[in-house]
Amino acid sequence: MKPYEIVTEPIDPQRYADYVLRPEAGAVTLFTGHVREWTRGIRTLFLAYEAYVPMAEKMLARIGGEIEEKWPGTKTAIAHRIGELQIGEIAVVIAVSSPHRRDAYEANEYAIERIKESVPVWKKEIWEDGTEWIGDQRKKPETEPAPE
Amino acid sequence: MITLYYFAGLREAAGKAQEDADLAGRTVAELTAWVSGKYPHLPLDGVRVAVNEEYALQEDVLQEGDTAALIPPVSGG
Repeated sequence: MKPYEIVTEPIDPQRYADYVLRPEAGAVTLFTGHVREWTRGIRTLFLAYEAYVPMAEKMLARIGGEIEEKWPGTKTAIAHRIGELQIGEIAVVIAVSSPHRRDAYEANEYAIERIKESVPVWKKEIWEDGTEWIGDQRKKPETEPAPE
Repeated sequence: MITLYYFAGLREAAGKAQEDADLAGRTVAELTAWVSGKYPHLPLDGVRVAVNEEYALQEDVLQEGDTAALIPPVSGG
């Protein structure tokens, strides 16, 4: 494995946790993002992810570098899977180790936010009655507003 | 010549993943205008341009042999 990579096979998150574990690390946060069946009342059958692979891996490594600058003493590994993913499968894994837990939590959340704004990966949702490439989701509500 | 990549919805709308284009010496803004002239139906709102795998500025100038990519809004994670 590479510490920052785009993969096509199922992700084993333990490999990334093991990669960042060191004697000086008292904390490891391991985030896995999964394919969700229901989004705003619409049922997803499966997802298809696509990436600009060399640029995406470069951007993941850059995010790792930003984390090491902002939270000195951390070590990070990130992988994103592309291709067809079924409900429940892991799309992304982020492992961060640090001497104390706060940095590991904060750095891990920073990584997923940066991925969602800058890493060239795209998700296509396949529903029972159609498909759509999904754009920037960061400002969309997670649920439909309640009816009047 | 430069190589131009299309991804996701842009790839489907353009009907191709890549093509060569005679855009060396032109700016990123001119590249976008060239694409929009050739494929008026492409949704270019919010699309960023990467040159040699780095996000580029509108005024950056393309060099012979560069690879450029149209990056629609990303949705990883």
